[in-house]
Amino acid sequence: MGSIKEMDDRFKKFGTVSFTSTTKINDFIDYLENGQVMGTRCKVCGLVFFPPRADCYQCLASNMEWFEVAGRGQLVTYSKLEFAPVGFQEDVPYCIALVDYGDYKVFGRIAGDVPEGDIQIGMEVKTVVNRVANEQFNYVFQKA
Amino acid sequence: MGKVAIIGVGQSAFVRSYPGSIRELAFEGFREAIQDAQITTREIDASIICSAPEYDKQRSPAGVFAEYLGLNPQPTFYVESLCSSSSMGLRQAYALIKSGLHKIVAVIGFQKMSEISSSESQERMGRGADIQWESPFGTMMPAYYAMYARAHMQKYGTTPEDLARIRVKAATYGQINDRAVYRKPVGLEMFVDPENRMSGPVASPLRVGDCCANADGSSCLIVANEEMAKALSPKPVWILGLGAASASVNLAGRDLFTGLTVARQASRQAYQMAGVGPPDIDVAEVHDCFTIAEMMAYEDLGFAEPGGGKELIRSQATYREGSIPVNVDGGLLSKGHPIGATGGSQIRTIVLQLREEADAMQVPSPEIGLVHNIGGVGLYGNVSILGRA
Ligand SMILES: [Zn+2]
Repeated sequence: MGSIKEMDDRFKKFGTVSFTSTTKINDFIDYLENGQVMGTRCKVCGLVFFPPRADCYQCLASNMEWFEVAGRGQLVTYSKLEFAPVGFQEDVPYCIALVDYGDYKVFGRIAGDVPEGDIQIGMEVKTVVNRVANEQFNYVFQKA
Repeated sequence: MGKVAIIGVGQSAFVRSYPGSIRELAFEGFREAIQDAQITTREIDASIICSAPEYDKQRSPAGVFAEYLGLNPQPTFYVESLCSSSSMGLRQAYALIKSGLHKIVAVIGFQKMSEISSSESQERMGRGADIQWESPFGTMMPAYYAMYARAHMQKYGTTPEDLARIRVKAATYGQINDRAVYRKPVGLEMFVDPENRMSGPVASPLRVGDCCANADGSSCLIVANEEMAKALSPKPVWILGLGAASASVNLAGRDLFTGLTVARQASRQAYQMAGVGPPDIDVAEVHDCFTIAEMMAYEDLGFAEPGGGKELIRSQATYREGSIPVNVDGGLLSKGHPIGATGGSQIRTIVLQLREEADAMQVPSPEIGLVHNIGGVGLYGNVSILGRA
C-alpha cells in the first residue's frame, strides 16, 4: 500500500538521442545490452514485426514472443548524412539505411567502419548491437 | 448534391523570416482570398486552419485566427497532415459543403518556420517520422528522400544531373514569381562546381540544390457550394476529383522505394472521381520538396511510366511549353516550403492557371489541372483535380 511504482523508462537508452522512454516492449533494451537485436512475433496469428511491437493489428491480440534478427539481410537503400539534426552533430558523417530480411525490414545505421565505396544496394549485411556514447545503445549494419 | 468550387485564392509572399506574428501572417493570405472572391468575411460559414504543429508556439491556432480574421462565432478547427495539411483542409471543406452543413468554407494554411533554427527545424521535421524507431538514429527529411533517390538511380539509371535539371526548371519559373523566396537563376554547371553552394552535399545523393528552403507563409482558399459559386463568382474553379492515402511511417513497413504508394493511390482515386486520366491534365503542381520528389511524382501520377520520369525532364516536357507543364510557378524548390501553407499555394497556382490569370507563368488555355501534395516522406498523400467546367 502506498509504495511508489518505479517508472520503467529503459527505452530512453535507445539511440544517440531517444525521444521515447516508456513502452511495453522495453525488454528490447535488455536484449540489446545482451548483444541481441530482437523483433516480436504474434503468438496467436504468427505475424512477424520489426520494429517489435506489443500489439498485433491483424488479430488484435497482445500476446507476443521475441525472436532474434539473425542471419543476413540485403541492403535496400541508404544515404550518407553530411548534416545532422540537433543532438547528432558529433556523429556526422553517417549512413542511415534499410535492410530487407524477407519477412521484415530493419531501419538503422551502417557501421561507421564500412568504407562508403564498399556500400552497394543489394549487398548482404548483418545487424549487430552497437554501443554509442553515454551508455546508450543502437544497432548497425555490417558487411556479412 | 451539387458541385463544389474554389471561388477565391490568396497567399502571402513566402519569405525567409516573416516580420510579424502568425495571426498577421494568416491575415495576408486570407485578405487576398476574400478580395479575390469578392465576398465579405461574414459570408464564411466555417474555417479550417492547417499547419504542422511542431512549429507553432501558439496552441490551437484556429481560435486565435478566427478571432483575428473576424470569423467568430462560426465554427473553426485545425487540420494537420504535415506538408499536405492544407490539401487535407480542402478535402475537409469539400466534405462539409457536400454534406450540406456549410455553404462557404475558408481553408487557411500557414507556417512560421523561422522562429527556430534550421537544424532544430530539421530535427522537428524528422520527428514527423517514427520517433521511437527511426529518429534515435539521427534522421532528417532530406536523408529519407535521399534513400528514395538512391533506389531510383539504382533501378532506373536516373542521374544526379537529371535531378539537377528539375532544379534548373524550378528556378526558371521562380525568377518570375514575385511570391517565391528563391528568385535567382540556377544552371546545371553549379551542381558540378565544388565552389558552388548548389553542389554541397546534404544527404547523398542529394545536394543543397536538390532541397527546397524553409519559409514563412500563408495561403487561403475560399470553397463554396454550386449555388453560391454560380451566384458569386465569375470564374469558379470546380473540384473534379479528390484522392487521399496514407502509408507506414517507418520505412521498414514499406515495399516501394522508387515511388510513393500514397501518390499512386491518391491519384488513382482522384482520376477516377474526375473521370479523367493523366493525358487530360493540362497543368500540374507537384510536391517538389526535393528534386527526387518531383521525379517520382511524374511517374506516380502517370505522366511517365515508372523509370520514365528522367525522359520528361530531359526533353523539357514539363516546362511551360511542354506536353505536361509541372510547377511553372517555381515549385517548392523556388517558392520555399512553409509546411501548412504549401498545399494551398499549389492549389492557388492551379486556380489562377485555370482562370488564365497566371501572368508570365500562364500555360495556354488549360481546362484541367492537378495538385499533388505529400505529407512527410510519402506518409500522407493528397491529389486534387480541378477544372474550368
Ligand atoms: Zn496476431
